Amino acid sequence: MKWVSPWRLKRMGILGMNCRNREFIGRYNERERYPLVDDKLKTKLLAEDYGLAMPALRFVVSQQHEIGHIERKLYDFDGFVLKPAKGSGGKGILVITGRHGDKFVKASGAEIGIEDIRRHMTNTLAGLYSLSGQPDVVIVEDLIEFDDSFEGYSHEGVPDIRIVVFQGYPVMAMLRLATHASDGKANLHQGAVGVGLDIGSGRCLHAVQFAQKIKRHPDTDKPLNEIRIGDWRQLMILAARCYDMTGLGYIGTDIVLDKSRGPQLLELNARPGLSIQVANGEGLLPRLRHIEAMIRTHWKILPGYHKPLSNRPPHADAEDRVDYVIRTFGRHQ
Amino acid sequence: MNQMRLPFYLIIAALVLGGLGTAWARHQAMQIPFFPNETQSVWLVEARIDFFALGDSVQVSFDLPAGPPGFDIFTEQAASPGYGFSIVEHNGERRGEWTRREASGPQTLYYKAQFVAEPDTRDARARDDQAPRARDVYWEEPEATAANQLLEQALQTSSTPESLARELSKRLTSSDLDQNAELLLSSRSVASSLERLMNQAGVPARLSMGLYVEDARRRQALTPLVEIYSDDRWQAFNPVTGQQGIPENLVLWHQGSQAYLDVIGGRQSTVSFSMIRQTVPALELAKAQHSDSPFALLGVYRLSIEEQSMFKLLFLLPLGALVVVFMRVLVGIKTSGTFMPILIALAFLQTSLAPGLISFVSIVGLGLLLRSYLSHLNLLLVPRIATLVVLVIFLISILSLVGYQLGFNTGMTITFFPMIIIAWTIERMSILWEEEGPQEVVTQGGGSLIVAVLAYLLMQLPLSNHLTFNFPELNLVILALIMVMGQYTGYKLTELRRFHDMVDDAPDVPEEKRP
Repeated sequence: MKWVSPWRLKRMGILGMNCRNREFIGRYNERERYPLVDDKLKTKLLAEDYGLAMPALRFVVSQQHEIGHIERKLYDFDGFVLKPAKGSGGKGILVITGRHGDKFVKASGAEIGIEDIRRHMTNTLAGLYSLSGQPDVVIVEDLIEFDDSFEGYSHEGVPDIRIVVFQGYPVMAMLRLATHASDGKANLHQGAVGVGLDIGSGRCLHAVQFAQKIKRHPDTDKPLNEIRIGDWRQLMILAARCYDMTGLGYIGTDIVLDKSRGPQLLELNARPGLSIQVANGEGLLPRLRHIEAMIRTHWKILPGYHKPLSNRPPHADAEDRVDYVIRTFGRHQ
Repeated sequence: MNQMRLPFYLIIAALVLGGLGTAWARHQAMQIPFFPNETQSVWLVEARIDFFALGDSVQVSFDLPAGPPGFDIFTEQAASPGYGFSIVEHNGERRGEWTRREASGPQTLYYKAQFVAEPDTRDARARDDQAPRARDVYWEEPEATAANQLLEQALQTSSTPESLARELSKRLTSSDLDQNAELLLSSRSVASSLERLMNQAGVPARLSMGLYVEDARRRQALTPLVEIYSDDRWQAFNPVTGQQGIPENLVLWHQGSQAYLDVIGGRQSTVSFSMIRQTVPALELAKAQHSDSPFALLGVYRLSIEEQSMFKLLFLLPLGALVVVFMRVLVGIKTSGTFMPILIALAFLQTSLAPGLISFVSIVGLGLLLRSYLSHLNLLLVPRIATLVVLVIFLISILSLVGYQLGFNTGMTITFFPMIIIAWTIERMSILWEEEGPQEVVTQGGGSLIVAVLAYLLMQLPLSNHLTFNFPELNLVILALIMVMGQYTGYKLTELRRFHDMVDDAPDVPEEKRP
């Protein structure tokens, strides 16, 4: 067993769970706004209002009786995604890429029947995948067509880009690649590859699997340092605008690149995990403190007041915030 | 931020001070011990009254100590077959009265009392409302002359009532008595002479009887004492030794001029005392002695035993919550369900550890097997969990019956496990198994069990049981600790491991230059 001293971690600026919960989530995320991200249906409707790109909503299943004849609706589509509206951590997401006769083909290639889909929907409605077991609804949405640039980088699953957005400023990004070990899932602790991305250019900085530094994808052996995300600025702006949409100060945005439609927002997370730091080989804290200090110096504290007049970001436009971040935190220009 | 922190720390300080202060005050006022199994010694004194009954109705009146300075009466009882007994209080005097319609021949009566030493009350004696006055003393000649002369000599060599008493007792007890003293003592005891002389000198004085307590003594008699009134209070004197004040081991049994034993209908009455030192639990003593104290309202001793035992468990819960908070915030152990471990720990308290662990693991294991079958049936969530609850009840009943048939008494205690919680645990673990794999189930299940076992170990300590039950206000301190941990923003212990590999990669040495 190997341990690291807490002082060393602190010097490196690693954000710990307690610090994240109290000083960022607790302070910058207003409770009343949580449902906007915890309920994916709300996020989706809100994103439509704000014109943020998200996979299109096909329909919603909210009643048990609708499930009995659901095949009439589903047979119209080639591929679709089933999601619980209040799911967390990717639980309960079923990706159907196509059909093979009566069977539906999952992303892994496995085929399932309509009965399996019905059971999945029943479970979702009963709240099996929702945060505290509360009744839920099923969202059926468009399937993402993956951008070819990730060819050979992902095993089965969806390569998605997680960007932590603090007070509207995207501060750190990583690309999550599913592997054979992670069983097609994009969670780092299950064995997915985390690729730390340069916030200035979308290039690979550092990559890890099971917290160990790696250079090539473990399944396809493709060199990871060649990764460069296209449309980077556009993608960052999409992430930054999520702040304007939700008003939540500390969020994780999950974005995927669609072949034809460009960056698409997949979901938001009001309690983003800490493994993005492992993927980047760098702590979040210095960047978060930098943004805090920048906002504080911009809104000067008036004499006799203990707080600045506002803690809104000084750059009102998402584009300006992204440019500020690219200038300040970017490595490769 | 500082504006917010100050009130917070004030609240924390108030909670800690309030908890500790109340506990200390109750410890002081009610003598509730801070440690379990603390014992205190008590003196068991037995007074034996022997007399010869004359065949008629008998009434025996015996003076009983009433709040003797330096001691408290813990229990008292009279044992005397055939006699009616009652305690009569009159003018601050307590007398035990034994009565019988008819008795003849030798009779023996017993009075037993347990005395607890209370050094604090040795000097605090009930004051009389008005200062007593010296009584008039009449001597017959030639005693009167002798007394006058003795008093005159003593007055010349003394200045205060106390020094007068000392001088007189010296003269009455010296090895070569002068004629006056010899004359007085020819018909009276030293104590009686001293009492009369003091009264004659205008100092209020009275005779008292005290009992020296020493371990395992039999057939002891009361020791006469003279109390003189000076400086607004009664002060005891041992006329023989001249010692002033009441020694630690002396129980003031009888005060005043009335005889301490009156026997009507009998003769040749004698009193003798035997005593031994006993130890009793200090807690029992405190409960019995101070049940009327205002502080007793804070305790739960007045409730029925059944309610008390419920409170006993209730007051232990904050300790379990503290363990959970510590393990999750500072250590960072994953548990399945936040406070599930406390409930498991409470169940362990009933079943004891090893049988509890074995039965818990087997119930959850069997439950997971059943649940894996249930998942094929495609039931709705709530009916599925309800099914699990019923199945868990069956499992527990079967396990306890099997355990009972096999001769394990502990089998029955499995029923203490919270069924609903177990059903939920099984459900969660099963979902965890399907989604994250068995490793995560072992991690979270093991984490829950570790936290439960730690909470159990802490809660079953006699000390924590004793403190939380007898000083429930100490839970305020636990509350303060929990709140302080709620402010912790440092790293968890597990994070020191989680981010370890990151630090290894961190050195800024370029890749090429590494060996």
